[in-house]
Amino acid sequence: MFHWLEKNPFLFAVGVFIVIAFAGLIEILPSFTNAARPIKGLKPYTVLQLAGKEVYKKDNCIACHSQLIRPFKSETDRYGKYSLSGEYAYDRPFLWGSKRTGPDLHRVGNYRTPDWHANHMWNPKSVVPASIMPAYKHQFKNIADLETAYAEAVTVKKVFHTPYGNDIQPSKAAFEKYYKTTALPEALKIAKAMKNKDVLAMVQQGKIPEIVALIAYLERLK
Amino acid sequence: MQSNAALEYDYSVAKLYMWTTVIFGIVGMTIGVLIASQLAFPELNYLFGEYGTFSRLRPMHTNVVIYGFTVSGIMVSFYYSAQRVLKVSLAELPLINLLAKIGFFAYLIAATFMVISLAMGITASKEYAQMEWPLDIAIVIYWVIWGVVMFGLIGARREKSLYISLWYYIACFLGVAMLYLFNNMEVPTYFLSGGLGAWYHSVSMYAGTNDALVQWWWGHNAVAFVFTVPIIAIIYYFLPKESGQAVYSYKLSLLSFWGLMFVYLWAGGHHLLWSTVPDWMQTMGSVFSVVLILPSWGSAINMLLTMKGEWNQLTENPLIKFMVLASTFYMLSTLEGPIQAVKSVNAIAHFTDWIPGHVHDGVLGWVAFMIFAAVMHASTRVFKREIYSKSLLEAQFWIQTTGVVLYFTSMWIAGITQGMMWRAVDEYGNLMYSFIDTVSVLHPYYTIRAIGGLLYLIGMLMFAYNFFMTATAGRKLEQEPQFRSPMA
Repeated sequence: MFHWLEKNPFLFAVGVFIVIAFAGLIEILPSFTNAARPIKGLKPYTVLQLAGKEVYKKDNCIACHSQLIRPFKSETDRYGKYSLSGEYAYDRPFLWGSKRTGPDLHRVGNYRTPDWHANHMWNPKSVVPASIMPAYKHQFKNIADLETAYAEAVTVKKVFHTPYGNDIQPSKAAFEKYYKTTALPEALKIAKAMKNKDVLAMVQQGKIPEIVALIAYLERLK
Repeated sequence: MQSNAALEYDYSVAKLYMWTTVIFGIVGMTIGVLIASQLAFPELNYLFGEYGTFSRLRPMHTNVVIYGFTVSGIMVSFYYSAQRVLKVSLAELPLINLLAKIGFFAYLIAATFMVISLAMGITASKEYAQMEWPLDIAIVIYWVIWGVVMFGLIGARREKSLYISLWYYIACFLGVAMLYLFNNMEVPTYFLSGGLGAWYHSVSMYAGTNDALVQWWWGHNAVAFVFTVPIIAIIYYFLPKESGQAVYSYKLSLLSFWGLMFVYLWAGGHHLLWSTVPDWMQTMGSVFSVVLILPSWGSAINMLLTMKGEWNQLTENPLIKFMVLASTFYMLSTLEGPIQAVKSVNAIAHFTDWIPGHVHDGVLGWVAFMIFAAVMHASTRVFKREIYSKSLLEAQFWIQTTGVVLYFTSMWIAGITQGMMWRAVDEYGNLMYSFIDTVSVLHPYYTIRAIGGLLYLIGMLMFAYNFFMTATAGRKLEQEPQFRSPMA
């Protein structure tokens, strides 16, 4: 009954394509614009936070940690209010994760301090004795890539009209100015709260290690 | 051209992919065993400094086994069987043949850079789509080359009717192309910011919930169009060929093919149950996942019934063992998936180890078993040699089967235990366990899983040795075997 189709590869391929593309059109398109709307009062990530998000991606925290609190009492008791679509409006990419080898982090900024994070990343067992998470000591040495994060802010401002201010401009000079006047003070605040002398000294010399950016990002998760 | 002269098929590209199947198989599975062991014994995280943590290695494992081992295996079977079912040799089409070879080297280069970039932590962070835009472009080029080769061969075919396997290859090509393109829509930041920062960095076109939807539309259907569709193509060719039996039912293959094509794409939403994706999409994902049992079992049953009246082959021929168990694991996996996609079950299963457990009964029991069988069957024809050792193949089968069973049973228990502990409350309604309690309890299961994985890796090494010896030292065959692959 379908033999004619199997002798006509072109029509066959077209047929397959229509059949598989169908679901995407119907499922994905209808609420696309709706789902992209931010909740009221949501601010875009600062450049330091974006750089922290890059550390989060680079060391692939997403392999073990989710950022999605499901609407169950057992989850809201443990992690806080369930997640809303509009909270993710500036998340490119989304970082929900698919596995909780460790706990959810969507509101970790509410119940952990920079000091706690610093100890945890240096040696997880120092704060959670039974932890199976590896230490991420290299984050205390590696310098965070703020220039790329800044480039990302410029890009999303331009392409997706993410509401950044006039201090985000596509030029090296604008970046350097932003780094000195905005990013460094923000980093200094985190570094002070971390109670780690070496890190503080680095930031005071104008260098921002990955751990500071990462903590800035984690603190933002609320 | 004389129509009755036997065609001399050109297997040079199939051979190349055979080697990469073996190499990527060993590399990918070794990393797999390492990261499985890291969960049981965290000290193993510090073997390679910042490059050796579980988190950094995990995408390396998934990408190497998917894009290395599995895609290579699929290409072996394509470059071996497509010529045969179309009755056209690559040697007759020099340009297409050249393209196929260029494709292979493009693949090799892209795969190498993929490994390097993942080791450095350069990632777009979307699962199974971690590669940054320069590699995405390389992959698109590679895929287009494969499409040109496929349709070039089809255009020059002598056999007018497309065999079932080809339906699935065409679907694999189109499905992956569509999904990959849409999911990897990224804006490179370097060019829009006036040359600031890393040149390879990009930002996703979609944000938040939309990004999740597109990602799991892809993520789920990477499973469909890489782990299912082309593997069905493999079994539809190699099981009848090895057993000498005709496919049981044409109508059943028709029903399962078009059914699978239509239903699979809807099911992606089951990765996002209880998330911020609109509820109706979640329900659609759930419902279509259950419907998906029909076409999946259709193919599997069609394959099992192909063995009707010939079940004695199961005891005599290890390749038949691999393929029959593969169809059985396919049935198990495609029943398990829909169960996990039921919303109430998903509330427990999601985020737990039951999910990797499910993935692995599919990929270890179904995908890899089919690839082993196909490569072995093809190698007797490609190298014109007998399989080096039947007993090694038998031993591999049993060791790996034990490995898979240990893997998925331990992960079932681990997943359900953890899912139940996360929600357990005492008589006053307070949570009973802190998170770390639910981690510590998993240690024995993580250990069993690592042992299961290790057994599977041992089987992989046995396969590699057997393949290498077949290719270089197996007894020469004077005539191509018609059905059953000869083995010593």
